[in-house]
Amino acid sequence: MTDHYGYTAAKPPLRESSEQLRARVPGWGVDLDPQDRPSVPKLQLDPDATGAHWEFPERQPEHWPRERSIEHQFLTPVFGTAQPPRGLSGAIRKLAYARYSEGRAAHWLLLMAADRVDTVGSTLTSLASPHPDNLLAETGVLSEFKAHGLRSRLGERRTDVVHHPLDPIIVAGPWLLLGVVAYRTAKRVASRLRG
Amino acid sequence: MKAMTYRGPYRVRVEEKDRPRIEHPNDAIVRVALAAICGSDLHLYHGMMPDTRVGHTFGHEFIGVVDEVGPSVENLQVGDRVMVPFNVFCGTCFFCARGLYSNCHNVNPNATAVGGIYGYSHTTGGYDGGQAEFVRVPFADVGPSKIPDWMEDEDAVLLTDALATGYFGAQLGDIVEGDVVIVFGSGPVGLFAAKSAWLMGAGRVIVIDHLEHRLEKARTFAQAETYNFTEHDDIVVKMKKITDFLGADVAIDAVGAEADGNLIQHVTSAKLKLQGGSPVALNWAIDSVRKGGTVSVMGAYGPLFSAVKFGDAMNKGLTLRMNQCPVKRQWPRLFEHVHNGHLKPSDIVTHRIPLEHIAEGYHMFSAKLDGMIKPLITVSATS
Repeated sequence: MTDHYGYTAAKPPLRESSEQLRARVPGWGVDLDPQDRPSVPKLQLDPDATGAHWEFPERQPEHWPRERSIEHQFLTPVFGTAQPPRGLSGAIRKLAYARYSEGRAAHWLLLMAADRVDTVGSTLTSLASPHPDNLLAETGVLSEFKAHGLRSRLGERRTDVVHHPLDPIIVAGPWLLLGVVAYRTAKRVASRLRG
Repeated sequence: MKAMTYRGPYRVRVEEKDRPRIEHPNDAIVRVALAAICGSDLHLYHGMMPDTRVGHTFGHEFIGVVDEVGPSVENLQVGDRVMVPFNVFCGTCFFCARGLYSNCHNVNPNATAVGGIYGYSHTTGGYDGGQAEFVRVPFADVGPSKIPDWMEDEDAVLLTDALATGYFGAQLGDIVEGDVVIVFGSGPVGLFAAKSAWLMGAGRVIVIDHLEHRLEKARTFAQAETYNFTEHDDIVVKMKKITDFLGADVAIDAVGAEADGNLIQHVTSAKLKLQGGSPVALNWAIDSVRKGGTVSVMGAYGPLFSAVKFGDAMNKGLTLRMNQCPVKRQWPRLFEHVHNGHLKPSDIVTHRIPLEHIAEGYHMFSAKLDGMIKPLITVSATS
């Protein structure tokens, strides 16, 4: 029963010994001791090791009411200031942060919805700006011709190629559906108002 | 300054933005020399990460030269050539004091479930990233390190995330001499995890992917045994067969949220965003490892729920270990390994793309064109 590993106590033998591996693989075993690795143990209390010279960091000025998770006791002393919330998407983001904790799906789904509102709004706004969105350039699809798009997909047994033709439909489908529903709703409302 | 900006799912462009400014006394402004696109940037690019705002500049792997420092900065000077870990961290909170720099409590007001990360949406703090000419670097006395004179730029930039994360992933596997290790995914993190598993004494390292050019790299760069999961009816059964039906001692998920191999999982997560991520690789890891084994998760997932097979994990008595990598904690050891020649991170770089052409770089990386494994973004010179 020695070859029925798992059903008996023995561990399967390796094809190569440690000596053979040391000879074949550069650096084999240089971190062999599990206790002598940088993240072992997981928690290493050493507050002087980081280069910080404060107990609690000085607070960064808050120039607008910075949105924050309600799971935080207060605004963290340092935070990013990129892309403050704006417009409708900003209002949705503020609601998501103010009302729902990170433990609630509503928090994340509202933020995802805000992202889509932001995208649609920014794209429409850009059309009236000096730098309108250029979908051809921004999607980078022209690289298909320079970077062997066809050969890259057909040259290997890539599993993702199976759904590539579906991707545009899957990604754009819900938006098209939403557009159709919005159009029909608006049309119905308009006809009722007229009637 | 010129910076990559997000315009919506699958769309980025380079535009003029205001140069970042010192906003906190311990800030520095770094002129970026070299950045990289990370596989996890694709989750942002594909619109999977909540609170990714139009105008956001991605990029959490970058090196450069200090251009300006705040009044309380003591450890860096203008002109220093620096590498910046992808974690934004304070150094003194409960978590940083214990070495969990990736879980810093003082830098991300938007969430308590993740620390601060450069250029990775507002869910990780709302910091613009390094795919730009300049970037704001908070806690300059804590995060960045001067790049040793002997270290090349392309090696340094890969130490800011990909190499450190792969090495950390192998550590979380608790590998002991002679362990059989399966790495799911042969992207940069998977390649580095496989390579690191050997350093920790693995007896056998197996890498799984569906992209042949990446598996080839796993064989040549990481000396690994490889399997293309498209060539097998059931990759879990295949893994059982090649491990004498016992299963591997350790499995590492180096794929994360957009894993392919199961159409329903992939479409519901990567395309319809109904899950935080597609846990195909993670579920394969859970099912391929032996009972009582360890699964290390390095793949990034979004904050929404994912259909992970916790029943199997529980019933098999697995140890599941995971975290964003506390990068700077890995550096002293990794500097030694690079200096001694045990690791040559830049061997995995396949493309060097000027910042102006970054939109095409994202498309190529996303669509996996031209044998791309690791694209670097060239911005300026460090000297």
